[in-house]
Amino acid sequence: MTDQVHFLRRPATIRKLWILLWAVLALTVAAQVFIPVEGYFGVDGWFAFAAVFGFLSCAAMVFAAKALGALLKRKDDYYDR
Amino acid sequence: MTADLLAYPPLLLLIGAAIIATAPRPVGVAAMFIGPLAALWAVWTAPEGVTLAAPYLGLTLEIMEVSPVRRLFALVFTLMTLVGGLFAFRQAARTELAAAFAYAGSALGICFSGDLLTLFLFWEMLAIFSTIVIWSGGTEKARAAGQRYAVLHLLGGLVLMAGILGLWSNTGSLDIRILTGQLGTLSGWLVLGGVLINVAAPPLSAWLADAYPEASATGTVFLSAYTTKAAVLVLILLFPGATILVGIGLYMVFYGIIYALLENDARRILAYSIVNQVGFMVTAVGIGTEVALNGAAAHAFAHIIYKALLLMSAGAVLYRTGRSKCTDLGGLFQTMPVTAICGIIGALAISSFPFTSGFTTKTMISEAAHMEGLVAVYFLLAAASAGVFLHAGIKFPWFVFFQKDSGLRPKDAPWNMAAAMIIFAGLCIFFGLYPDPLYALLPYPVEFEAYKAAKLVFYFQLLLFSGLAFFLLLPWMKRTETVSLDTDWLYRVALNRLARKAIAGFAGVASATAAFATGRVRQLIAAAERVASGSGVLARSWSVAGSALIVSAMLSLYILAYYLTA
Repeated sequence: MTDQVHFLRRPATIRKLWILLWAVLALTVAAQVFIPVEGYFGVDGWFAFAAVFGFLSCAAMVFAAKALGALLKRKDDYYDR
Repeated sequence: MTADLLAYPPLLLLIGAAIIATAPRPVGVAAMFIGPLAALWAVWTAPEGVTLAAPYLGLTLEIMEVSPVRRLFALVFTLMTLVGGLFAFRQAARTELAAAFAYAGSALGICFSGDLLTLFLFWEMLAIFSTIVIWSGGTEKARAAGQRYAVLHLLGGLVLMAGILGLWSNTGSLDIRILTGQLGTLSGWLVLGGVLINVAAPPLSAWLADAYPEASATGTVFLSAYTTKAAVLVLILLFPGATILVGIGLYMVFYGIIYALLENDARRILAYSIVNQVGFMVTAVGIGTEVALNGAAAHAFAHIIYKALLLMSAGAVLYRTGRSKCTDLGGLFQTMPVTAICGIIGALAISSFPFTSGFTTKTMISEAAHMEGLVAVYFLLAAASAGVFLHAGIKFPWFVFFQKDSGLRPKDAPWNMAAAMIIFAGLCIFFGLYPDPLYALLPYPVEFEAYKAAKLVFYFQLLLFSGLAFFLLLPWMKRTETVSLDTDWLYRVALNRLARKAIAGFAGVASATAAFATGRVRQLIAAAERVASGSGVLARSWSVAGSALIVSAMLSLYILAYYLTA
């Protein structure tokens, strides 16, 4: 165990996991062809709406956190001094 | 009466706490399991209505009032005490366990309070015993954080008390009833304000992430369950449909996400996500329809279980490695598989991933927003669901169990910790696959289909693309050894500096006054010396004639005075 790199940490496995992730993502979008999403308010029924909305919301939150972080972050011994 | 008291669940946990605190260890351990089991039975079999009342100061205190929503919260609180006890009983200190049980008992007391005075009593007990749980962390930081926590919550209690007294004098009633209509009065606002402090609402959200992570590996598990959720129940009972709660809840939702994204300490990430999750419940109470209140109650039930599970997982890591910072951890899945898998299940549940309890409960709140036509609220909740997956669902397990290889090879969790995690992980999946038993306990009839094909497609897209965003944006989320400032900066730093300045100012004034006074006294002494010493007027040797003259003058004055007054 200690000498051998764990199977989940081998580069080959990680590459396969990425391929798997993309495949699953494609599948969830493709599923919308067969299962129509009506949506509550119109826009949320658009093709791949949730995919784009989820991705963009997360990106927005990460960037917002980054920007606020520049203002709010202090060394973690800040309150001990 | 005795039989009535033994059917009073809070008392059963408080007796348990007393036994744990005083009896020999084996007896205490037995109490740790028998107490919650007995309480669970008492909660389950309690008939509805006011079942325990006592006269006090000409009032009738309704000590135990049972309704479906109260019973639901009481059930999950006692379940939490039972499984939390299993998680902690071999590792935690006796004080912490006793305080945790008394803390749980106080929370149960809140669940069943039929009037505001009884509620207030348990509200203060809750503050006191939770402070002791924090102090049981045993470090200097825990002591300081516990002190800040206690001061804030006792202040919150005062605000609540002021509101209760105002309501009493305005309406003549202390009954727990819907007070949303009282929000035109100061008393109504004071009651709401006092309750909001305990749900970690803005601007005082910071106490939660300040205090909870300073408790021990086991203490934080208990803390995550009671204070905020007891306050959510009180909001459901007192302020359903108070529109301001929608805004407050949404703020909490995004506050939790942003601060959790910035945070490096794994247990602090989870503390911020408590604020985030409670925000969903507060929003639901603000929407206030039957579906929304069902959603708030169901989500609180599911949340207590998966949040405790997450903190158990982080607690087991802390117990084995002594670390909880993401920058120190990573790669632990190799030697802590049970802890990792249970942590991942908790993380999926908090993200409301399909087939977990989060999915079958949180989506009720979104449904309520949709039914009321609250477009903005609906989409903000959807964005927040994506954000929860980002900050807790992936971030927590990724940085603790995967990420890089930290070189740490700790043993997996001790058997009792593992057992507690497996029970709660099982419940997360059980209520995800089969939510009907939970739905049957909700306050209003449920006509809600948790699983529809289109809804599954929507949520899989939403969550999995959030996952993609996480991994693509990973370079942007590199962990830094930092803390993030919050409103608690005002009382931890600004007020502190102000106090120091004020003290220094007072000291300056005091020393100036003292110097002035000393100078004056010195001058006086010098003057006296001048008069009385050496060649001073009073010290000179006088001639006999002069002395005789003065003496005769004084005698004449005396005689004159005598005749005038006689």
